[in-house]
Amino acid sequence: MTTAGRLRRFGVTGRGLVVVLPYLWLMLFFVVPFVIVLKISFSDIDLAIPPYKPLLEWVGKNSLAIKLNFNNYAFLFTDRLYVNAFLNSIKVAFISTVLCLVIGYPMAYGIARAKPRTRNVLLLLVILPFWTSLLLRVYAWIGLLKANGVINEVLTWLGVIHDPLNMLYTPFAMYVGIVYSYLPFLILPLYANLEKMDWQLLEAAEDLGCRPWQAFYKITLPLSRNGILAGSMLVFIPAVGEFVIPALLGGPNALMIGRVLWDEFFSNRAWPVASAVAILLLILLVPFMMWYQNIQARESAGVR
Amino acid sequence: MNYKSSYFILTCLGFGLAFLYVPILSMVVFSFNASKLVTVWDAANSPTLKWYYALLNNEEILDAAWISLKVAVINASGSVILGTLAGFGLARFRQFRGRFTLNAMTTAPLVMPEVITGLSLLLLFVALEQLIGWPAGRGITTMTIGHMTFSMAYVTVIINSRMASFDEALEEAAMDLGARPLKVFFVITLPIIFPAILSGWLLAFTLSWDDLVISSFTSGPGSSTLPMVVFSKVRLGVSPEINVLATITITVVTLMIVGVSLWMSRMAKLDKAAA
Repeated sequence: MTTAGRLRRFGVTGRGLVVVLPYLWLMLFFVVPFVIVLKISFSDIDLAIPPYKPLLEWVGKNSLAIKLNFNNYAFLFTDRLYVNAFLNSIKVAFISTVLCLVIGYPMAYGIARAKPRTRNVLLLLVILPFWTSLLLRVYAWIGLLKANGVINEVLTWLGVIHDPLNMLYTPFAMYVGIVYSYLPFLILPLYANLEKMDWQLLEAAEDLGCRPWQAFYKITLPLSRNGILAGSMLVFIPAVGEFVIPALLGGPNALMIGRVLWDEFFSNRAWPVASAVAILLLILLVPFMMWYQNIQARESAGVR
Repeated sequence: MNYKSSYFILTCLGFGLAFLYVPILSMVVFSFNASKLVTVWDAANSPTLKWYYALLNNEEILDAAWISLKVAVINASGSVILGTLAGFGLARFRQFRGRFTLNAMTTAPLVMPEVITGLSLLLLFVALEQLIGWPAGRGITTMTIGHMTFSMAYVTVIINSRMASFDEALEEAAMDLGARPLKVFFVITLPIIFPAILSGWLLAFTLSWDDLVISSFTSGPGSSTLPMVVFSKVRLGVSPEINVLATITITVVTLMIVGVSLWMSRMAKLDKAAA
């Protein structure tokens, strides 16, 4: 028997060896941590390092007691702050996704219909900001939106306004920041989808008397459904838990759940509460993630 | 196929690109501004390079940049190995135990809010330290592990889509001619997917270099990365040095991306000429 054959008898195959490393890595550093977060979300806060009480405790010599503490969750549901933060995050992420679609769809469409040379340049122009630090690009908006910032200076100079507009640290600034940062995430999957479109269908529709808008509504839009959904999920899911943008542009009243989690963890050192927030956020987002994965699977299988 | 686009589409493209680029260009312009007020243009003394000198003499920023560089390089190299294995496995092995799980585990980090990933990694490290004494404290190692976990997901996607678009017959032919699977991988597959591996490395590097949230959760005392220093500076107010940093970043990224895409289109042309 060859070495390979002997190994195979123990279930060790070449294929297995290829995927076992990434598999174990993600199990240990991506899946197991969630179990620990779940565990800590049920423990008591403690003035110690680390700042939580153990879940399992030896009672006497031989019995181990599990103390599940639902107070952290009860706390999240009784304090309006957390409920409002959750609702507000969903609202902000949803509106941002719609805005990204309104701005991004025509762009993706324009890129997909451009000449191959122009198309590559345009694509590069959309990808480039994505490679440049998010933090720095969000920072740029502070300079633009400030009371004595570029936008106010230009508008005053043009005579449109006399007093500077109050834009920075408002919900408006937060929306601008989120839409701006996540726009490439929507354009790219949408473009990948539209690129595969058979444009002759549109010509046929127009030959048969469809107006361009009708043809778009009846053909392009339904055929790009997967691209729209995939792009929207790529914006919506991370935007719900976004921290950097509300922290820098949103001002102190911008209640976003990602920011609440951050403050609970870093400012209040309330690790169990932060864990409970993370678990609830996860429960909220997992259906969307599964939906996204489903769309991706259909898209790569070529199902419209 | 016709390439005509309506004026409406062209206008949208124009405005969209302006929206993407005005903030970036504003940072470049104001990096040469003499005034400390950042957004007020001091016409008498500008353009000036004084903030460039200030940045290059700022120990705090330079130290942080050095830490970021170390983390980013190790992260990119590790992510490329893990991501290539995962991407290759998912693309070539139609059925294996755990395929569904692996697929889910490489998709989820792409959309997972960073605060969740960061918090969960930190709690894992704390629990591991209590349990087995490793990792002792937090710093570059824990940050790199954290970055690799989400970077490898991106690399997997890149490798997977490259694998899907190349002809499996090439690999089969080599196997029919008697090459062992490992040899096929190194002689046939690897050279073909090399551009994807390079893009994956660069993307993983950039993701790590830019990351704030996961670094903040998993770093320890004395291991602040560049984004962490920038974030604390920006929170205190705008600083002209950040404009300089942004300008340098933008220049490097632009050169890199344009260079790589030119190189890749040349490779594609050579491929076509050879075929």
